[in-house]
Amino acid sequence: MISAPPGASESEANEVASPVPSSLSGFLRQWARRARSGESGVLPVLGGLILIVVIFQVQSPVFLSPANLTNLLVQGAVFVLLGMAEVFVLLLGEIDLSIGFVAGIGGGVAAILLASPYNLPWWAALGAGLVATAAIGAVQGTLVTRLGLPSFVVTLAGLLGWEGVLITMIDHSPSASGGVVRISNNVVNDLVNGNLSPLAGWIGMILVVSAYALATLGGEQKRRKRGLSALPWSIAMLKVGITALAGVVLVLICNTNRGHFVSLRGVPWVVPIVLAVFAGWTFLLGRTRFGRYVYAIGGNAEAARRAGINLLRVRTIAFTLSGLTAGAGGIIYASRLGSMSVGIDGGTLVLYAVAAAVIGGTSLFGGRGKALHAVLGGLVIATVYNGMGLLGMGAASQYMVTALVLVAAVTVDAFARRSRN
Amino acid sequence: MAQTAGNSSYPTAPPLRPSGGGGESPLLLRGIAKSFGAVQALSSVDLDLPAGKVTALLGDNGAGKSTLVKLISGIFAPDEGSIIWEGEPVRLRTPKEASELGIATVYQDLALCDNLDVVQNMFLGREIVRSGVMDEAEMETVASRTLEDLSVTTLSSTRQLVASLSGGQRQAVAVAKAVMARARLVVFDEPTAALGVSQTAMVLDLISRLADAGMAVMVISHNLNDVFRVADRLAVLYLGQIAAEGPISGFDPANVVDLITTGKSARLAPSQPGMEAAGKEEEQP
Repeated sequence: MISAPPGASESEANEVASPVPSSLSGFLRQWARRARSGESGVLPVLGGLILIVVIFQVQSPVFLSPANLTNLLVQGAVFVLLGMAEVFVLLLGEIDLSIGFVAGIGGGVAAILLASPYNLPWWAALGAGLVATAAIGAVQGTLVTRLGLPSFVVTLAGLLGWEGVLITMIDHSPSASGGVVRISNNVVNDLVNGNLSPLAGWIGMILVVSAYALATLGGEQKRRKRGLSALPWSIAMLKVGITALAGVVLVLICNTNRGHFVSLRGVPWVVPIVLAVFAGWTFLLGRTRFGRYVYAIGGNAEAARRAGINLLRVRTIAFTLSGLTAGAGGIIYASRLGSMSVGIDGGTLVLYAVAAAVIGGTSLFGGRGKALHAVLGGLVIATVYNGMGLLGMGAASQYMVTALVLVAAVTVDAFARRSRN
Repeated sequence: MAQTAGNSSYPTAPPLRPSGGGGESPLLLRGIAKSFGAVQALSSVDLDLPAGKVTALLGDNGAGKSTLVKLISGIFAPDEGSIIWEGEPVRLRTPKEASELGIATVYQDLALCDNLDVVQNMFLGREIVRSGVMDEAEMETVASRTLEDLSVTTLSSTRQLVASLSGGQRQAVAVAKAVMARARLVVFDEPTAALGVSQTAMVLDLISRLADAGMAVMVISHNLNDVFRVADRLAVLYLGQIAAEGPISGFDPANVVDLITTGKSARLAPSQPGMEAAGKEEEQP
């Protein structure tokens, strides 16, 4: 017979740290413990980003100039958006190799509809581009979920097929010349190339930071009131403080005059656009049932099924949202260039998208990831891309360095996964 | 004809009956048969699962235990026979239909998502939502209260990821999930197979407590020690049929081993191949 009393297993409670520490030192101790078990959060990628920035600044003193940093943000926007598109699919434990050219379709549809003979208003053209890419996502998602085809193969077919569709589309467009459709609509071009006025930048930043502070501190206050464990005030204030500091630095940099002959200042419109998408997807994944089910399916699809979750629906919606986000990335890409061309390198873009998500901390094995990871990973890639450009290193070196960073990130992911099991 | 479970008014959360009641069986199986191609997994199985009692289901590998569990939990439907839930014949087409009736199945590994925390797992598929947003604080409060009611004290926090829990703690979370869903019948599939000594004791304790609270409990196990510690009733499956069923007082480890391996309860010495594990049990007094 078993003689141990039922209470004997209570001692094992001490093996596992409380997830919500009550003090700053407790927080640090617990972070170290989590890092060892593969739950290190975003600090490693932030550290890596700072390291890369320091290296480039030492090599090239203009790297940290306001003009270059603003340029870097604009370059990063496409990587961040495509990375967020990839996060949806990676969370399910799937992969999407097609989003580079799906983005191309989004930008292409918008550009063609803006030009003659269609001359649609900007909102209708952008809407059509987004609807097209969402539909592509839905179709690919349906093939993966309903027919049970591997997402790798379906989206690899997409990688080839959508490039073909894009070329056909642009070739048959009356407004195209030499495989390029120019965008002459000011609103669309200003999505990336226009700036908020310096005052609007400050006001917007203060609003965003206040909303974040309210949500964070209010949420903790609510938990405290109900007697649930809450973050210590010092940590909560630190989070808000760091966000506010980042906001101030961002607006300061962007509001510095970066023009040579004419004054050029202000936060580029693309920054609030990317922030809005980021906030929307963070909310969707973190606070709604749909988001919870995406994580559940990525973690243990069988458990999700037994909990009564409609796997087909959730998966298809996730693929659709991924397509939608890729379309937004494509529109930003087209806006930045002021045109859409058949030469868009969708193959490289999709690899940067996967790299952005994984470098930021999203797992390739499903169930772990956040929109924030794509933001941070996208910034890392933009930094490498931008810095190596400044140093006069060509595409060859950029590919190799990005590949090394990606392999390093995947290695960390794989080791973290191993130590969890 | 069997009435479908998808009709008008099964309650999502049937009220818990007052504790202590025996006798009344929320679930009756009558004449259940199921085959997979040429393999007859179950044939004419009759089984009662009374409230307030722990019924242990025993049987060798391939005797049909898992098939029976899957029929009860709605993974697939029987070819013949009826499942009678609270006096009404029902057809369980999906796990969701079974759980909405009040049938919860606690699986060894399959039921929890490692990447979610305890609260998120306990509420998976039945989150509390206020105007489109999940009410995390409310869910955490309810989850903590349920765990306290079950005297599950080994969790340091309900916000721990399930990946960091031990086997016994995971079972406790799965049980709490079933209790919170107001289950009237809880089915355990090999609840102690991967557990150490103290964790096994904790889980068996939990199982008894569910029955004390008036739920019908079914335990599938290979471990005769555990079965004799926790069960009130026994049913033995042999080659897809019930070889014996009754109160635990009518059995001892020796004749149970005979039933499992030969389907007969006579105290013969059945030394067939493939019964080494069971043979060890037989030597115990």
